[in-house]
Amino acid sequence: MMASSYNAKDEDGHITVSGPGGGTLRSKKPENTAFKQQRLPAWQPILTAGTVLPAFFIIGLIFIPIGIGLYVTSNNIKEFEVTLYDMSGPHQNPFRNCNNVFMYYGLSNFYQNHRRYVKSRDDSQLNGDLESLMKPSKECEPYAYHENKPIAPCGAIANSMFNDTLELFYNDPNGTKIQIPMTATGIAWWTDKHVKFRNPTDNANLTAVFQGTTKPVNWRRPVYELDTDPQNNGFINEDFIVWMRTAALPTFRKLYRIIPKKNSMVPTLLRGNYTLEVVYNYPVRSFEGRKRMILSTISWMGGKNPFLGIAYITVGSVCFFLGVVLLIIHHKYGNRNNSADIAN
Amino acid sequence: AQTNSSRRPKEERRVRANDREYNEKFQYASNCIMTSKYNIITFLPVNLFEQFQEVANTYFLFLLILQLIPQISSLSWFTTIVPLALVLSITAVKDATDDYFRHKSDNQVNNRQSQVLIRGSLQNEKWMNVRVGDIIKLENNQFVAADLLLLSSSEPHGLCYIETAELDGETNMKVRQSVSVTSELGDPNNLASFDGEVVCEPPNNKLDRFCGTLYWRDKKYTLTNQNMLLRGCVLRNTEACYGLVIFAGPDTKLMQNSGRTKFKRTSIDRLMNTLVLWIFGFLVCMGVILAVGNAVWEREVGSLFQSYLPWDPPVDNFLFSAFLSFWSYVIILNTVVPISLYVSVEVIRLGHSYFINWDQQMFCSQCNTAAEARTTTLNEELGQVEYIFSDKTGTLTQNIMSFNKCSINGQTYGEVTDPLGPQPKRLDFTPFNPLADPDFCFYDDTLLESVKVGDLHTHEFFRLLSLCHTVMSEEKSEGELVYKAQSPDEGALVTAARNFGFVFRSRTPGTITTIEMGRPVTYTLLAILDFNNIRKRMSVIVRNPEGKIRLYCKGADTVLLERLHPCNHELMNITSDHLNEYAADGLRTLALAYRDLSEDEWEAWSASHRCADKATDCREDRLAAAYEQIEQDMMLLGATAIEDKLQEGVPETIAVLSLANIKIWVLTGDKQETAVNIGYSCKMLTDDMTEVFIISGHTVQSVRQELRSEHVNGTGGGEGKQLQCPPPPPPPPPPPPSNLMDNISGEFALIINGHSLAHALEADMETEFVSTACACKAVICCRVTPLQKAQVVELIKKHKKAVTLAIGDGANDVSMIKSAHIGVGISGQEGIQAVLASDYSFSQFRFLQRLLLVHGRWSYLRMCRFLCYFFYKNFAFTMVHFWFGFFCGFSAQTVYDQYFITLYNIVYTSLPVLAMGIFDQDVPDQRSLEYPKLYEPGQLNLLFNKKEFFICIAQGIYTSVVLFFVPYAVLSDATQSNGVPLADYQTFAVTTATALVIVVSVQITLDTGFWTVINHVFVWGSLGSYFTIMFALHSQTLFRIFPNQFHFVGSAQSTLLQPVVWLTIALATAICIVPVLAFRFLKLDLKPQLSDTVRYTQLVRQKKRKPGRLGARGGSRRSGYAFAHQEGFGELITSGKNMRLSSLALATFASRHSSSWIDTLRRKKHTHAHTPPTGAETAVKITYY
Repeated sequence: MMASSYNAKDEDGHITVSGPGGGTLRSKKPENTAFKQQRLPAWQPILTAGTVLPAFFIIGLIFIPIGIGLYVTSNNIKEFEVTLYDMSGPHQNPFRNCNNVFMYYGLSNFYQNHRRYVKSRDDSQLNGDLESLMKPSKECEPYAYHENKPIAPCGAIANSMFNDTLELFYNDPNGTKIQIPMTATGIAWWTDKHVKFRNPTDNANLTAVFQGTTKPVNWRRPVYELDTDPQNNGFINEDFIVWMRTAALPTFRKLYRIIPKKNSMVPTLLRGNYTLEVVYNYPVRSFEGRKRMILSTISWMGGKNPFLGIAYITVGSVCFFLGVVLLIIHHKYGNRNNSADIAN
Repeated sequence: AQTNSSRRPKEERRVRANDREYNEKFQYASNCIMTSKYNIITFLPVNLFEQFQEVANTYFLFLLILQLIPQISSLSWFTTIVPLALVLSITAVKDATDDYFRHKSDNQVNNRQSQVLIRGSLQNEKWMNVRVGDIIKLENNQFVAADLLLLSSSEPHGLCYIETAELDGETNMKVRQSVSVTSELGDPNNLASFDGEVVCEPPNNKLDRFCGTLYWRDKKYTLTNQNMLLRGCVLRNTEACYGLVIFAGPDTKLMQNSGRTKFKRTSIDRLMNTLVLWIFGFLVCMGVILAVGNAVWEREVGSLFQSYLPWDPPVDNFLFSAFLSFWSYVIILNTVVPISLYVSVEVIRLGHSYFINWDQQMFCSQCNTAAEARTTTLNEELGQVEYIFSDKTGTLTQNIMSFNKCSINGQTYGEVTDPLGPQPKRLDFTPFNPLADPDFCFYDDTLLESVKVGDLHTHEFFRLLSLCHTVMSEEKSEGELVYKAQSPDEGALVTAARNFGFVFRSRTPGTITTIEMGRPVTYTLLAILDFNNIRKRMSVIVRNPEGKIRLYCKGADTVLLERLHPCNHELMNITSDHLNEYAADGLRTLALAYRDLSEDEWEAWSASHRCADKATDCREDRLAAAYEQIEQDMMLLGATAIEDKLQEGVPETIAVLSLANIKIWVLTGDKQETAVNIGYSCKMLTDDMTEVFIISGHTVQSVRQELRSEHVNGTGGGEGKQLQCPPPPPPPPPPPPSNLMDNISGEFALIINGHSLAHALEADMETEFVSTACACKAVICCRVTPLQKAQVVELIKKHKKAVTLAIGDGANDVSMIKSAHIGVGISGQEGIQAVLASDYSFSQFRFLQRLLLVHGRWSYLRMCRFLCYFFYKNFAFTMVHFWFGFFCGFSAQTVYDQYFITLYNIVYTSLPVLAMGIFDQDVPDQRSLEYPKLYEPGQLNLLFNKKEFFICIAQGIYTSVVLFFVPYAVLSDATQSNGVPLADYQTFAVTTATALVIVVSVQITLDTGFWTVINHVFVWGSLGSYFTIMFALHSQTLFRIFPNQFHFVGSAQSTLLQPVVWLTIALATAICIVPVLAFRFLKLDLKPQLSDTVRYTQLVRQKKRKPGRLGARGGSRRSGYAFAHQEGFGELITSGKNMRLSSLALATFASRHSSSWIDTLRRKKHTHAHTPPTGAETAVKITYY
């Protein structure tokens, strides 16, 4: 986008060649290297109409199609959101496709990004360090010890873990409610599940491992009873891991369950009415929070995200428009960079 | 004595010779000097203590302490300590190296050998072991080891000669004499029994003063500076001498003078400090806003949220929480003033200094000297200079005089006949005259012919030149004559006579021996009628071997032509025309005449002269009257023209610099005529100037009146006051006094004399003086003292707020060099004093244009671009935290990973901007010299000022808004392609950080105008290092070792694999850069700066506009007579005091004073404002000798 001119500078005529005739007196003449004489070959870009205006048009021409593509993709994604205040009523299913459907829970006004909240964890403990299990880090205070027993997992994040249960039922037209099978694994980062979080030992008997610790104050069950599946229990319980990955903003959603696709012919969720059953454990009213449940499908670019497409289209159009405006300005008032302008 | 010393330890010092026990009681400092600051043990504590005296360092230490408080700590301690440690250690390493070299040179000096008289015998001792009260022996060309009282010397009368170049920069020799009683002691045996006691003043730094008393054998002898040999001097032309150590080591005057030099700061430095203060203010404001936000949040939201997130123990209410939050935000927002700013600025300046040192085009091959940036902190100020104050002698001129033309009996010689013809051949004198000086150049062979054919006038002309002078000759070997002339003009004249067959061979107090056309002739020297500034002439009266008495006189034409015999009228007119021609060529002229005296006339005059000489009152007036009496009715011989050779390229340099809008003032101790002459020859003054004002009033009123009249009325400057100065230029359009505009549009020059300047510098007149002087195109101050030079510089600094540069080569320029913003020393013949005091030094005046227009301009440009970018990138980086504050409950949570915060300024973004700051060029160096107007933005301070700063800040804040809100908008609802939401904190942090690094990298590519390999390596390398380091820090390996330190495990990979993240980064980059690009393009397209145009057309060869003026010869100046030396030497010669028989001594005439006439000399010096710098003004830097 810029004019390039590699400029091998011509040697100045008046550089005297220092011959060896200097005799015994060592010449203090500085070395004649391109570096020391500041004559390194260099690319000297200049912003000219020939480079800048095409750049604007190119940006415009690239951004607009990308934006349209993103927008269309995003529009094709079906998303369904329900606020978890009133648990009533069957809902119409908007989903038609045959892919996985993702179920999220969302919280609003929940400050997972608060500094004191973010730091209130002990990654060493979560990584299965036995010493940290019994002596949680000071960062976890005031959720490090309870009744003189170390808390596992310690800290405010773990303590405030989301513990509602959401279940989805298909309202069969014949009146029966069929529970939709959902998987609780595969919802966390691979590195979190396999590297960052580890149970203290590989011992299957987690109850013994967590002997001497106590559960977080707000929890109903200890950490080793989160799931029956040993690969999803203790610190490596994926619901727990998902919660521990703190959100950047006070309104956030977290992946809760995946409704796996059946096969490529049958829609994952059949057309009809569904009932969402919530076991309401998690209080949010106290801090004026809000709970949501979101069902969404996914494309190559993730979930529904209309902003990106619109932003790309806007920026692309603005660039194109700027290009046109600058072109007009350049033609009407532009300085032709006439060398005659150089006044001495 | 014990009680004495304890009672008055500060007021006097007692030293008894050869009595160490006695002297030890006083615990005087030993002769061991220590200029180093540290040793191995004290280095760390002392150096750290010194470094923490810097406000910036203390500030960061304060931050560090804040970070150690858990309730406040929003960032780990290492985010501050890593950069701080880096900065401290870089400085410490630099200090340690400096100190190492000081240790080395201290050692070298302390271990020098000197001969000490111990128990009657001379023993070799190291300098550091010399004690106060020891008697030491010095030999020729040795450095004086301590401040000594001269006891005796090998020379008669206890005289010895010293050179004080290292001490005060004066290269001429000075004479010292011992007290007569001790000078008789002579050899070591007698000295060993010498037990005199000296009582003197305590150590001080006055180089020209000493007062003490010697008590010996119940007698008192007064001691003065005349008896002292100071450390740092070199003994010359004296075989040996003995001295008593009075002050040793740190008490010596040399060391007492070695104060810390005043630290100069550039205007950018000052601006930067102001801006940093503003930024602190801004920081506090943001802290307050966020703290208030915190208070509100904790009250409205946080208190409700306590079930999940209780307050930390000491916090019990939202106000306390807000207070802590304020400090937390101060910590995370402190990166708006990064610690690396100051270090980077220093590194860039150091780089520029090296480029100056390395510049081949500022290397002088004749003297084998490269330019040197002695101060590395002023470079960018070189790009902002508005006023240059230049010395004349040795700076503009080479201080080499060459005999160029002469007029003998109405015939002019030396004219190069055809300027277009072949280069005239240089005359070869050797076959004609074996004693000729081979370095002498003359091209006109008609003069040599005239000598050869024996033209009487020509012979008499050169005879005069060989006799009428105060030059001393030294014959090192047969036929190899070396002349020691007091002024270079005289040397040139005597050398000319020598080459034309009238060789001045030697002199005694009463005779002058010459070799005339190969035949030795001895003249009896009857009298020397010495030169002084009022007489402007000198004469000798000699008796030739035939017994005839003749007076030879040479002097300024104005005075000499008045004293001719009337019969010379016709010759006088012709010679006068010649003199006008010479003067028009900028040559220094002298007229020569003689007068035959009869024996009676001589006797009569001689008697009156003796009478006047012996007079106690008004001796000088009487002598002058006597001289006047005999210098009458002389016969004109002719005139000489001497070229005061300008340094190479001086007129061109001055022309270029004035095109660059730099005003050049010449401040010289020289006479007005000489200064004006040089002004013309270096084209500062031209004949087409509207008016040249001359101010030479002696009283306040007259000076004021002169200034006023010139200020108001262009032509009224006063021809009446012009002494020998230009008659008004040919057709001066006489503007009516009311028409001010006319006056202003004309070109004026101001010439002011030292004594008038003294009045003009007084408080009530200085504004008037400044406004008049600044309206003039050229200003020349002549006959100014070193102090006045400094005062003029201070005046401009005070009234004009402009950057000043002083350039000079002698000790008398030191004060000016020190008081100007930038001092430049010419490393010439006049010692190293000016160079030692200077910030930059080189050997040719013409290098100044390269220093300013190329190096200075580039430095300024680079520094400005660097600062703009630096503030921009830090605001873009830091302000994101501010926006994030509104979404994280004002909890001082950072947006980025703490390692990113640590490394952002010192790794990810430091090198590209450093490379730009060191290597950037907008236009090549040749163009800068070709278009001096390119220098103007620096003078007007256009590239970095408060406005530019706010633009940078605004751009930085805009970028931070984009960098926060674009990821915010995109990521809040986005998910990975496997359904996992992207809005987690770590993904957000990585996305923002990556976008930031990319945006600032794109910005630096836009800002960099000169892409060398190094820039490429640094820009791409920084980007590469960002990704490499991030992946390393987010790797499993590091996490496994320190799980509590590397929370971000896997984030880089998980984030950067997402297309949405890259689309976000691209979007943010486009939104940040597109407006900048559009804005820059518009600016370039609609209002291109000169540099842009030059850059654009740099391949188009621009025909250089030449100042196509002919050397206008108006014949308007006259009488730059070649007599620039001091009086007093005639007396010196005739007194015979300096006459010695050994050839050694003949070389040393330079200033051989004996106490009888030294006072006369000094008094005269003072009256002619030739005051040498006094000790107080001359702070001597430590040099090792």
